[in-house]
Parts: sequence; C-alpha cells; structure tokens
Amino acid sequence: MSTVTEVANGIGQSVRRPDGIPKVKGEFAYSSDMWADGMLWGATLRSPHPRARVLSIDIAAALAVPGVFAVLTHEDVPGRKTYGLEHHDQPVLAFDEVRYQGEPVAVVAADHPETARYAASKIEVAYEELEPLVDPEFALSDASPPLHPGGNLLRHVYIEHGPEPGEADVVVSGEYEVGMQDQAFLGPESGLAIPAEDGGVDLFIATQWLHVDRDQVAACLDLPLEKVRFTLAGVGGAFGGREDVSMQAHACLLALHTGRPVKMVYGREESFFGHVHRHPARMRYEHGAYADGRLAWVRARILLDGGAYASSSSAVCSNAASFALGPYVVPSARIDSYVVYTDNPPCGAMRGFGAVQTCFAHEAQMDKLAAALDMDPVQLRRRNAMETGSSMPTGAPINCPAPVDELLRLVHERPLPEGDGAVPGGVANVTRGEGVVRGVGYAVGFKNVGFSEGFDDFSTARVRLSEVRGEPLVEVHTAACEVGQGLVTVMAQIARTELGVENVLVLPADTQVGSAGSSSASRQTHMTGGAVQAACRAVREEWEGRGAIGDGIEATREYHHRLTQKLDAKGQGDAHVTFAFAAHRAVVDVDTELGLVRVVEIATAQDVGKAMNPLAVEGQIEGGIAQGLGLALMEEIQVVDGLVRNASFTDYLIPTILDMPPVELDVLELGDPDSPYGLRGIGEPPTISSTPAVVAAVRAATGRELRRVPLRPDDMIGL
Amino acid sequence: MRLTCVVNGEPREIDGVWEGESLLYVLRERMQLPGSKNACEQGECGSCSVYLDDVLVCSCLVAAGQVEGRTVTTVEGLAPTEDELHPIQAAFVEAGAVQCGFCTPGLIVATHDLLARNPSPSDAEIREALAGNLCRCTGYEKILDAVRSAAEA
Ligand code: FES
Ligand code: FES
Repeated sequence: MSTVTEVANGIGQSVRRPDGIPKVKGEFAYSSDMWADGMLWGATLRSPHPRARVLSIDIAAALAVPGVFAVLTHEDVPGRKTYGLEHHDQPVLAFDEVRYQGEPVAVVAADHPETARYAASKIEVAYEELEPLVDPEFALSDASPPLHPGGNLLRHVYIEHGPEPGEADVVVSGEYEVGMQDQAFLGPESGLAIPAEDGGVDLFIATQWLHVDRDQVAACLDLPLEKVRFTLAGVGGAFGGREDVSMQAHACLLALHTGRPVKMVYGREESFFGHVHRHPARMRYEHGAYADGRLAWVRARILLDGGAYASSSSAVCSNAASFALGPYVVPSARIDSYVVYTDNPPCGAMRGFGAVQTCFAHEAQMDKLAAALDMDPVQLRRRNAMETGSSMPTGAPINCPAPVDELLRLVHERPLPEGDGAVPGGVANVTRGEGVVRGVGYAVGFKNVGFSEGFDDFSTARVRLSEVRGEPLVEVHTAACEVGQGLVTVMAQIARTELGVENVLVLPADTQVGSAGSSSASRQTHMTGGAVQAACRAVREEWEGRGAIGDGIEATREYHHRLTQKLDAKGQGDAHVTFAFAAHRAVVDVDTELGLVRVVEIATAQDVGKAMNPLAVEGQIEGGIAQGLGLALMEEIQVVDGLVRNASFTDYLIPTILDMPPVELDVLELGDPDSPYGLRGIGEPPTISSTPAVVAAVRAATGRELRRVPLRPDDMIGL
Repeated sequence: MRLTCVVNGEPREIDGVWEGESLLYVLRERMQLPGSKNACEQGECGSCSVYLDDVLVCSCLVAAGQVEGRTVTTVEGLAPTEDELHPIQAAFVEAGAVQCGFCTPGLIVATHDLLARNPSPSDAEIREALAGNLCRCTGYEKILDAVRSAAEA
C-alpha cells in the first residue's frame, strides 16, 4: 500500500490554491464577513489600567441605551469563569482584579456596532488602581507582589548538559534583549455566534485549533461539548496569535443571552489588546571556545516576560531553553530559562515560539566569538555545526537530517548582490552614497516541529470516496485550520496522490470530526497530512478489495507522531518529535547619518524534507523572512508602565513592499525518516534566523554591538 | 440618512445609513459587498481600497455621506463576468500571491489603478505604488511576480 499514484495536481506540484479564486474575487467569507438575519453586534469594555481591583460594575446606564439587548459581566458567565491553554488563569470577564491594560471587563450586544461601543462606554466600573508589576526581573524576586495564587514564576527550565563548564581559550559574553513583537495578522479577531434550538450555540470563527477553543468555551458556558459547535470561518492570517481564545466565549455568551445571532469584530486597536504577543526576552550568554574554534561550553540565562496570564508561556520557556544553544555541537552547557507573570500584555505563541528570542542571542554570540578568535563567522559556525546524531542539550540525539553545514555553505557561496543605486529611505533620501555603508551577516537556526514534552497532538481525517455522475469524487473532512498557509491545497494533493482521483473536495473544517490539533508549531501539514494519507490508504484498500466504489467508501484515521518525553529536573529527555533548520545571509546598506537601513537581499537555505507544493513553500519562506526582518528593524509593541503606546498600524510598523528585498532561495529536500512523504514543517524556520542575519549585517556595516531588537535609528548613527 | 450612489455599475439606494458610517461599512454591512476588507479601519493598510469615481481611496476613511451621487468600484466589480477573472485577479492566483488573502482585494484594486496609469511599471514603480498595501503573509515577492505578469498580459 505504499504505492504513490502519478496524478495531475498531486504532491510535489505547485498546485494553485482552491480558495485563490474566491479570495481574488472578494467572495471568500472571512470571519468578519459573516452575516445572519436579525444579527446583533457585540462590543467589549476593557480595563484602562494594567492592574486594579474591580470594586463594582454598574451596567444600568449602558442597558438604558436604545438598541442595546444585553450587557454582561462575570456574573453572567454560567460555567467556569476562567480559561487558558495550559492553565485556566484568564477570566472570561474580569472579576476581583484586572491584570493588564485591555483586559475584558464587560460585553454588550446592540443593533449597531457603534451603539454597542457607545453603550460599553456607559458602563461604570469602579477600580482601585494598584501599582503595576512591569519589570520581569523584579517579578522574579521574592519582593514582588504575587499576581496569581502560585506566585509570579510561571516556569523555570534548567538544563544541565555535559560536565560543568571548565577550561576555554576564549570566553565571550553578552546581554541581549528582544522587544515584544505582534503577529499583526490582517484579518481582525471576529466571528458570528448563532444560538441553536437545542439550547446550544454555533460559532463561525477564525482560529488555529477549533477543538481546544470549543472545549474552553463549552466549560465557560457550562454546556456539554456536543452543544457547542465551531466551524472555521475564513482566517486572515494567524502566526500564533489565534491560539488563545479572544472573542469566542463573549460572542457565544451574548448569543445565548439574547437568543439572537451576535457578530463581533475587533478593530485594529482592539486587536492589539485582543491577542497574546511574542515574549520580550532578556538574555545573558557566556560562550567558551578553544583556539581552533570548537565550542567548549555555554552558559545561558533567559528571562521571558509572560505578561498577565499563562497562555502557552510554559512551552515557550521550555523551547527557549531547548534551542538556546543553536544548531551547534556544545559539549557542556548550563541553561536557565524563566518566564514570569507581570502586568504587561499577556504573551504566548508567535511563529518561532521561543527559538526566535534565543537565536538572536546565540547568533550574536557566535559573531562575537568569531571576532575574538579572528575567524570567519561562517567558518566558525560550520566548524561547530550539528549533524544527524548530534546530541541536543536535552540529551536526546537528532535523528532527522540536520544539514547545518550544508545550509551555511549554500547561503555563503551565493554571489553577493551588486549595488543598484537605491539608498536607505528610498526616494526621500537625498544622499548620493555618502555615509552609506554595506554590511553582510549570517545566521542559522532550528526548532522543533510539533508539540513537545510528551504531548500527543494527534490529528484526525475522514475521507469519503463516492461516485458522482459516474466520476469518482473524494471528500476530505478534518478540523484542521487553513490560516493562509495552504493546507487546503496540500490535503487535496495528498488525496489525489493516494487515490489517483483528480476530483477532490476539502470540506469546511468544524468540530463534527475529531480534533486536528493546532495549526501551529509547523505541524499541520505533517500531522493532518499524515491523517489524510492514512485515511486515503484505508479507503484505497477497501476500494481495491471491493473492486468498485458502490455506495461510497469512508474511513476515518488518526495520525500520531512518535511519543516524546517530559524533561526531567536537569532538563533531560527525548522531548521533541523532529526538527527543522534554515540559514540566512542578509546584505544591508546603512545610512549612518540618518540611521536608516535598507535590506538589499536575503539569501536563505532551508531543508523542507519534501516540497509538497513548491510554490507554497516559497511563499511560506518569503513571508516568514518578512516577519523576521520586521523584528530586526521595526516591530515592537511599546509598553510603558504597563500601558501600550502604539496600538495601531500607524505606530506599530510592519514591513511594506518597500522594505522587503528580493529573496534568493535554496530548498533542500532531505526526507524526514519519521513523517509522511518525508515532509518537514516549514512555517517557522524562516522567521528564526532571518532576524539575527539582518542584525549581523548591520553590525558588520556599523561596528556597533546592537544587543537589542528591533534596532532603532539611534543605534546606527554617529559612527 | 438615505444614500444614493452607483456601485459596480448598479444604481443603489440605501436607507437608514447612520452619518458616522464609513463607505467600507456601508459596502460590507449594507450592500452585501464584503470583498473590501477591514484590516485596520485606520487608513493604514490598504485592504479596503476601492475606486471612488476614478480615484483610488481607502474606503474606511471615506464617510458614507461623501459618496452621495458618486460612483464606487470595488474588487467585486472588476471581473468582466461572473465566471471570469480580471487578468490581474488571474495573475494573483497563478503567481501564488494569495495566502490568507486578506490583503488581496485591496492589492488587486491598487494594482488595477497602477496599471491603468502605467501599463509597464518598473519594479521600483510597483513598490512605490503598492507601499500603502500591507500584507503579513507573503513577503511581497509573489505579489511583485503577479503584478509583473499582469502588466505583461
Ligand atoms: S481598512 Fe482601510 S486602510 Fe486599513
Ligand atoms: S496574504 Fe495574508 S495578508 Fe496578504
């Protein structure tokens, strides 16, 4: 049954997206496009304070606004009053205390969105303001006030790898910081909740994991799971920012309370408050090496600001520790990774998940070490490159291809771009080249694919083969979320390849079929792809046995990856399923008088195991690089005393088409021994080492240490 | 208030429009034309781009009342027929310029405007013209490919 059928539009081909046509026509229904007869609009009242006691909430004036149908507070949450991915520590609606600016306090349903917002502003909340805890270092100390019953230390991961660090010929150290990055997906948090006749509710929603959303919301609504049905609406990007529940429970509460469909759509400002962000990090590193460039040992201390609620912080903390050393052979290391609660915005999943922060630090250290050893930075990296069989600092060996040396060679050997007359800042810059310096920088990184530490994040697929007007038709039904990455295309490609049937329909994702796990951790093509493959193979076996399709053949299969282990007290264990690697070279021009950077070109090499859809692979890599470039040069949510200063696209900048350079791309296909078709998750690696490569290039141009991202113009002027 | 205008070639008359509503809101919520997108509603992303008469605008920044008696063309109005795509739309699908697609309608209208003014733009001119349209998914490479190929078509 391992035969793979040659078929048009099967795997390995650049099949065009089935949703491409409705998307270019403006007909694709995103979560904010949902509409129902008699629909009401929801709005959210949020805390203006980063930390305060909630003394009382008076909804009378809001309820009296004409057009208002409901005003709900924590008292109206019938079930569990809190939710969360790893810990249920986040209130559906605030009670007792608010712990970050923007925490939801009450929700309103009205017949017009403006009426709902106006009524929300009429709710009178009496707060007793408290001194916010905003310094993660202070949060770690015993002197800080506990924000949650268990104290402020959310997780500490300690890794003891090899013998105690000892002799080295050269030692370099550094402190590094990463600012708070936002996913900034373009489709705002939104959805439509429709009350059902059975007392339950249907929600059309943009998310990354339908079942986990559904489970959390059902508990809050105090409804059995089968009465809470979620269907995926069109998703306008995710990047980790939709892993946590935002308006899901609120819309369902309002719909159940009013008996009317309720639509909620965040504006951009609200979206900045409506989802978790990438953890800001402070990192201290010490690298010891021998005179020939071999690494001797590393000490690393990582402190992540988790913000007000746990979200997926403890997994991010663990990932930061696991990938703290980069894809290098290090005989001995001591790593401490901490994540703490503060009154800053909650942080959680974002593309790269802990590996982004540490890659910025370990790659800066490698450049520092190269300078101290008077070695070429690429040579130094290649000398220490991991390969298959190398040990992770967590003890287990890397079993998949680990082409670190090859990736570095590829980006290094590409010809460098010529000057093209363009200057940093574009046409507005009047320089004729004076003060403009070119720099070239390199970085390499890696990360886990799938959920780690013993978690069984399986996926389910139901495949049905039938005959429609004499032609075979395959229907694929999963709960896997298409968030823009192209999953719907790949699932159909797999079904075509496995069954040799051209006509494949991917049904809408919903909770009427088993969980698919999350569209995150670069896992969905691997996991749901595996489930679709298995279900197709079961159908095919039955089909071959029967010799006819008859009244249809259906199979449902789960795909589980190999089991992993939790980390022990010394951070040891076979914790990760498999790994993905990429390297980047950045070429930049810096105007050292104006502090402007123009990225001239990014060269990258990535092992994708198997390019299931080469065009989509390129798109993922280019898009991931743009986000890495953004973190290097412009993207930061500025939080001062717990208050967000730039919740808009005017003040939170993401790369435009003027900022993104051409990408030169090498894709390796070194099949993974453990995955369907040998494919390897591709979404995250482009975002991991692109940031440090850009910064390394700016360092090379300016000679500055540049220990914090995003860079600021001040960092680069007055050389 | 009542709003009278022509949208995608059809005369429309909409009652009950509240003065504070934007053109984007009226299109999306009162005319069943949700193709124009609402990524920021702050004039910063271009996802809501439409033509007002012959001028490319961010419809989130246009008050509904400003549209009285005027002509609007949205992404839904570009294709020659129901079953066909405009060549720019086809180029976006073909080039892989669409991922989540939330930026796509705005980019298609903006590209339409660019190519109407400049049928064979240089890369620099494409970048300049589309600098007001944010895309978070693609890194813009495939969007450039799409515009280049639409310009050749
Ligand atoms: S929605 Fe109008 S510019 Fe963003
Ligand atoms: S395709 Fe998602 S924002 Fe452009």
